[in-house]
Amino acid sequence: MEIPGILSIAIFLPLISAVIVAVFLNGKTARGFALVASIVELVITGYIFIAHKQYDMSEKLTTWFPESFPVQYFLSIDGISAPLILLTGLLGIVSIFASWNVSERTKEHFMWLLALQGVVVGVFTSMDFLLFFLFWELELIPMFFLISIWGTGRKEYSAMKFLIFTILGSAFMLIGILVIFAGTGTFDMTKISELLPSSNLIMPVGILFLFMSIGFAVKLPVFPLHTWLPDAHTDAPTAASVMLAGVLLKMGGYGLLRVSAGMFPDQLEKYAWVLALLGVINIIYGAAITIRQTDLKRLIAYSSVSHMGFVLLGLSAMGGVTSHLAMTGAALQMFTHGTITGLLFLTIGFIYERTHTRHIPDLGGLARRMPVFTVSLVVAGLASLGLPGTSGFVSEVTIFLGAFPAFKLATIIAAFGVVLTAAYILWMIQRSMFGPEKERFAQIGDATAVQVIPIGLLIISIISIGIYPAFVSDVFTEGITEMLNMTGAN
Amino acid sequence: MNYADIILIAPEISMALLASMIIIVDLFSSNKKLLAPLSLIGLLVPLCFCIMVRDNPSLGFKGTVKVDDFSLFFKYVIILATGLVILSSTTYAKRFDKHQGEYYSLILLSATGMMLLASAIELITIYIALELTALPTAALAAFIREKKSAESGMKFLILSAVSSAVLLYGMVLIYGFTGTTYLSEIGTVIANHLSTSEQITDNGILLFSVILITAGFGFKISAVPFQMWAPDVYEGAPTPITGFLSVASKAVGFAIILRILYTVFENEALSSDWAGMMAVLSAISMSVGNLIAIKQNNIKRMLAYSTIAQAGYIMVGLAAMAGNTTLNTSGPVGILVYLAGYTFTNLAAFAVITAVSEDSGDDSVDSFAGLIKKSPTLAVIMTVSMISLIGIPPTIGFMAKIYLFGAAVETNLTWLAVVAVINSVVSAYYYLRVVKTMFIDSPDEGQEIHPKFGVLSAAVIAISGTVFFGFFPKPIIELARDAINTIIG
Repeated sequence: MEIPGILSIAIFLPLISAVIVAVFLNGKTARGFALVASIVELVITGYIFIAHKQYDMSEKLTTWFPESFPVQYFLSIDGISAPLILLTGLLGIVSIFASWNVSERTKEHFMWLLALQGVVVGVFTSMDFLLFFLFWELELIPMFFLISIWGTGRKEYSAMKFLIFTILGSAFMLIGILVIFAGTGTFDMTKISELLPSSNLIMPVGILFLFMSIGFAVKLPVFPLHTWLPDAHTDAPTAASVMLAGVLLKMGGYGLLRVSAGMFPDQLEKYAWVLALLGVINIIYGAAITIRQTDLKRLIAYSSVSHMGFVLLGLSAMGGVTSHLAMTGAALQMFTHGTITGLLFLTIGFIYERTHTRHIPDLGGLARRMPVFTVSLVVAGLASLGLPGTSGFVSEVTIFLGAFPAFKLATIIAAFGVVLTAAYILWMIQRSMFGPEKERFAQIGDATAVQVIPIGLLIISIISIGIYPAFVSDVFTEGITEMLNMTGAN
Repeated sequence: MNYADIILIAPEISMALLASMIIIVDLFSSNKKLLAPLSLIGLLVPLCFCIMVRDNPSLGFKGTVKVDDFSLFFKYVIILATGLVILSSTTYAKRFDKHQGEYYSLILLSATGMMLLASAIELITIYIALELTALPTAALAAFIREKKSAESGMKFLILSAVSSAVLLYGMVLIYGFTGTTYLSEIGTVIANHLSTSEQITDNGILLFSVILITAGFGFKISAVPFQMWAPDVYEGAPTPITGFLSVASKAVGFAIILRILYTVFENEALSSDWAGMMAVLSAISMSVGNLIAIKQNNIKRMLAYSTIAQAGYIMVGLAAMAGNTTLNTSGPVGILVYLAGYTFTNLAAFAVITAVSEDSGDDSVDSFAGLIKKSPTLAVIMTVSMISLIGIPPTIGFMAKIYLFGAAVETNLTWLAVVAVINSVVSAYYYLRVVKTMFIDSPDEGQEIHPKFGVLSAAVIAISGTVFFGFFPKPIIELARDAINTIIG
């Protein structure tokens, strides 16, 4: 069955729902409506994920701008973006459940969540560079409000820091896009990789590569541009943390894959050692800092820095004999990290709702009071440290296998990151959930039915990908093969 | 002077007549409520004349006035700005009591001058139109009878006179050099001269006059280093007038700069020099404007520094004109798109400020605290406007910036584009501070604000334009391109 305009529907359904929520609904009806919208969105993204190979879903509207400035409304989907869209749909619904108990300015909260979801789908499906940039920038607004209104702690500072960092990164990206346009005369991302080598650029291609990559590096985040992340994640409300870690960081990875690797393969191969180096720094430095954290959310935030280092390591193997494997691993790592960290932030958010503290030394002995949360935290934690049978294992092993031939030393050092991960995850779970029961937590209860649903959804996806990774990885491999063929590498 | 000439400047004539009519009505009618609707309806007449003369662009008044797509583009912008300013003044002007008639008619007179300026192609006409623009504005700036407003008017008057003098000196130099005051003839003489003589000293005189003229108009567009007047004047003037100044006055300033640079100094030998000068001024303007704006607590003062920065962004387009051997058009097209977008965006912001200050009685950023609770509509409009000023989608501010910076990159001015985008990042900080104040800070008093119909509709119209053209910028881009094509050809 072919549905015309399905990609536009996937973008505009949440956006229009957001407008409806904002204008017509209130309180609980807004919440219910947002839930329905996000369920429909999950169905749509699921359909796109399954059916994208069967027919060409791309949509193109060339008359949007005058010919002299040929910006198009051009959406398309391939193996790289399809799983990420599914991830967006999945975490979208999770984030709605995560904010089920938001009582302050409820309607606005759901409005921003829906808007965010639509915009992120837009980022992953845009094939026109300017449209891509438009969605990329647009994503800032919902996130800024989500953090600064419903956050905790130094929320305003964190929201502003998040925004300024991202905008600064995308400022360079904008220059890059304009330079590419001046050189190739098109914004069409599918044509640029062919046109770029033969076009007359006004700046050295290495600098252009750097400009483009800075924007993505901030988002991923890559050391030393990561400092916004712990603040934003820690101070964001649960739903925003889930979306931020689960989906928004992936925009950075997606950009590196699609643009830095897809359009500048030569540059990427030339500077692969830099990527590998930064990847290792991310992994080890991130993990080392994580161990010292005493705030649950901050701990998970730093662990994201560490885990995103694996994406860099995977990308650095491009050009080698095992590039397909390494890059599939990198892409898969984005997907699995999305579900795992999503679950971690979700569970911690729920626990925080009850204990009113995230300070690890204050917690402890919660396992018997909240078995569901404990199970969820343990599953997510084990997946995060790469236990076989969970999705985290698959992606990390794929990256190691792929990257080893290219950068042996880096891969070996990175493997120690897994040990560190095991250390901080297990220690965190042990200190916060187990141990002697505490008097002050005698009254708190476990998950409600509404909270079990998103936890269940994410656990299922973590385990099922751990057992049968091909479900997602085949799609990624297909997309990456296509991209590598187009760039002429291998 | 014949019938055709009259038709040609019918928009200006009808605008001036409208201004006089408002005074007369004001004289005989005690009902001051009529004045604003009357001015608004009256504005349709010049607009209709503009559309009427569109089809046969021509010269008139012995070649001193030229009506073409270029001048009409600016006339549309000016009429739009005037309409929105009058609309947002409807309640504000009540405080002027029996002087409301003068208030409206001064706005209309200033608009007359601006419209004339947009189509003037002869130095003396340009000068007269410029004075007609400036004098009513000075009076308007001093319209509130208090110290700050008087200071504002006085400052504007004196500095405007000084800048006029500088401008005149530049014009005199050109006249002395070429023996004519017609722009096109000046252009021809200069071109002939440059093709025959290689003497750099003569170019020096020409370049000096370019500098003087730029200085004169730099005042109008409030570009650094001619920006000193802006903060004080903006702060003291009545809020709608501040909006008028920031938008319309700036637009015609750029109109005339474009016209002169294109028809008089387009020669390659000169253009590389002035383009370099514009690039430097542009970079300084935006950096200075944005950095000082961060510290401001008065929102009108903050927006004053913001317009200085915005002038810097627009000047990127001027610098990008002379990139190649022939003058590049995408820079100027970007300027026109930006000016139209800026008109919508900034007037929306000033309409909201007018509405809020009517309630709180002061212009501090803090008076916006908790606006989302007091008046969600105004808060949303202000937010969209701030977002557009930063250049974040889906607004015309985003599209215009892309277009303008794209032109810079196209003409090898990547460094300037980099400076500009970094400045946009800096500006995000203070624009978003307003947003943060509205959404997060709690209001001091709980009462809701119910904006009056006039100011609210001005804000809604302006913001609708900001968002609509943010999604579909094509009409503005095409109109701007046609406009630029007419002054090249």
